Amino acid sequence: MNQFVISPSPHIHSGDSVQKNMYRVLFALIPAFLVSALFFGWDTWIVTAIAVLGCVITEYVIQVYLMKVPTTIMDGSALLTGVLLAFNLPGNLAWWIILLGAIFAIAVGKMSFGGLGSNVFNPALVGRVFLLISFPAQMTSWPRPKMFNWTDVDAGTGATPLELVKQASKEGNVDQFTDSVGMIFNMISGDVGGSLGEVSALALIVGGAYLIWKKVITWHIPVAILGTVIVFTSILYFYDPTRYVDPFFHVFSGGLMLGTIFMATDYATSPMTYKGMIIYGVGIGVITVLIRVFGSYPEGVSFAILIMNAVTPLINVYMKPQRFAQPLKTV
Amino acid sequence: MLKTFSLGGIHPPENKLSARKGLKDLPLPKMVTIPVSQHIGAPAKILVKRGEEVKVGQLIAESAGFISANIYASVSGKVKKIDQVVDASGYRKESIVISVEGDEWLDTIDRSDILNKTIELSPQEIIDKVAEAGIVGLGGATFPAHVKLMVPPGKKAEVLIVNGVECEPYLTSDHQLMLERGEQVIVGVQIVLKALGIDKAIIGIENNKEDAIKHLRMITKNHPNIKICPLKVQYPQGGEKQLIKATIDKEVPSGALPIEVGAVVQNVATIFAIYEAVQKNKPLISRIVTVTGKSFSNPSNWRCRIGIPISHLIEQAGGLPEDTEKVISGGPMMGKALTNLDAPITKGTSGVLLIRSLEARRKEMQNCIRCCKCVRVCPMGLEPYLLMQLTERNYHDRLEKEDVMDCIECGSCSYTCPSYRPLLDYIRIGKKDVGQIMRSRKK
Ligand code: SF4
Ligand code: SF4
Repeated sequence: MNQFVISPSPHIHSGDSVQKNMYRVLFALIPAFLVSALFFGWDTWIVTAIAVLGCVITEYVIQVYLMKVPTTIMDGSALLTGVLLAFNLPGNLAWWIILLGAIFAIAVGKMSFGGLGSNVFNPALVGRVFLLISFPAQMTSWPRPKMFNWTDVDAGTGATPLELVKQASKEGNVDQFTDSVGMIFNMISGDVGGSLGEVSALALIVGGAYLIWKKVITWHIPVAILGTVIVFTSILYFYDPTRYVDPFFHVFSGGLMLGTIFMATDYATSPMTYKGMIIYGVGIGVITVLIRVFGSYPEGVSFAILIMNAVTPLINVYMKPQRFAQPLKTV
Repeated sequence: MLKTFSLGGIHPPENKLSARKGLKDLPLPKMVTIPVSQHIGAPAKILVKRGEEVKVGQLIAESAGFISANIYASVSGKVKKIDQVVDASGYRKESIVISVEGDEWLDTIDRSDILNKTIELSPQEIIDKVAEAGIVGLGGATFPAHVKLMVPPGKKAEVLIVNGVECEPYLTSDHQLMLERGEQVIVGVQIVLKALGIDKAIIGIENNKEDAIKHLRMITKNHPNIKICPLKVQYPQGGEKQLIKATIDKEVPSGALPIEVGAVVQNVATIFAIYEAVQKNKPLISRIVTVTGKSFSNPSNWRCRIGIPISHLIEQAGGLPEDTEKVISGGPMMGKALTNLDAPITKGTSGVLLIRSLEARRKEMQNCIRCCKCVRVCPMGLEPYLLMQLTERNYHDRLEKEDVMDCIECGSCSYTCPSYRPLLDYIRIGKKDVGQIMRSRKK
């Protein structure tokens, strides 16, 4: 006679879901994608398509044929990894290199740890760093943006702003960049050399604002990273403006904005408490600047995030949320 | 800026479908079932025998200790049997079944609606009266009310906080009570103030009940010592610790009672019951119950005698909708799913919620994606995902260190989790295990 469903409370649910969060992040990436497509033309579409297909198919094959579990490709997380990987690649990369990166990202970066939520490192960054180490030449030849000039296949390649600065810093004449207002403008709008998704800081910020508004992410990690980078590079800049470029340049150049908003805030690989997020963000900021200024690579955001990913479990152990009131001292 | 508590919290859809539906008396059924254990503490001792005639307001089971409560007949008629009956909690409880005959009251009870403002009893007499009338916390906790009125030696009460928050979605019984019995509630507040020997009271009401706030403000115009405090709508503001934080900005330490910060908290419905007991000599034999649901034809508020079967209430109010798949006693966040619609309305039943098949079943749980949303919403500052993990692995020492016992079982974590993880289910198990370990250590 008992036709009713029995379960413990609560009996209602917010309606939030993994899919919703993943698709919101993807939605937030659309402006950056469109700007990228504007500058790099079909390359953006092709690289993204290959990376996404690579990621989704790899996840499907591993889950269905190796692990023999129901597949989770519909939750959007593999899709997101694919897009983020593509955004970290130069537009002229050979298709098989992209595919390798995608397979590595999912197989090693995600599934080997046990899938979504169990991974320690951001899968897209795992894929990117794998490619950077395996194919350094291909990974650092950046096509020049070819705005409204999609059919020009032979636009040639050029250095990224950070590479130019690295070179100039060795020669001690970095100040040439500080005065070039045009370059800063180009970096904000996206008209600079670089990987697909690093091009327009503005488009990325719009996406980030959307994510914070929708409560997909909080402000803590992005603000901690950007704040740290600004403070750290300001100190260096005032110390010696001929060797160190100004903070504004650092904030808007390279993968910092992309990494800050979309990679460092990855759920599984960032800390669980506000205090922890701040420490994590400061760590990423410091390491990024150290690598950029003193390291041998011109860009350091990916490495900085991966290093702090590794520290995250430790941060989680020590950084507890603020509890409601302290316990009574037992007499 | 409206006041509220500072840590965590959620804002589920309010769905107050039965708001401002006037109180009606629920017609009596043929039979009522009165469990002898409707409160926290020892079950009451039965005083009547099978076949005995009882009148409304007659004591039928007697409090069996300090933390226990008297039980009164809510109807007149014959004791049909004394039996084990499944109540809303799903457990079998010793109950007195009375077949209803007429509606004959003891003549010591003042049944008139006239407001009686003069408080004649002394503080001690008030406390005795509250104990005698079998009043328990009507917000759902069902803790005997007189115990809270007796301030333990060494502690000092400073302020009475009245809980008119009703933060659970759907429920409107307290709201309606404040609208229709506001005067009585305010006299009740004065009675409790007298019993406690203090002067200051704060009534916390969430801002979605503006009419109740206005109404009580008008009544208390000449009582500067009773403050109406509108609160920003946020769940679980009705939690004792959250309400104290919201109204007087003090935090009750972990493991301590509100009196530690000088506060005594009583629900508005309890205050009303105290008024009736002290001024009208009426024991606790009825309460207000909301019956509601999205496909229910007549979401409404009823004055119900204790012991009436929930099925009778549903029938009288509009009938069980076809697509009902879950019936809850209480609100959707903390209420209990019923196994049996014949379970009686008890002192702790604040509402009956009929849930449609669409929403009755939980979705399948997925992996924790470590989004930390559960941590963000926990009003106690705990880490639900971690507590669940530790419970799964039986790490009891870690669980205790992570303050699992502080969990108030509000359900905000499970409500929020995008992976549909049954966090609170596990945390309850963890709490139970750790509680046992802690007790055995004390011995
Ligand atoms: S049920 Fe417990 S752990 Fe979950 S949010 Fe409420 S207090 Fe926190
Ligand atoms: S809300 Fe759910 S998925 Fe997110 S951290 Fe908590 S348990 Fe994990």
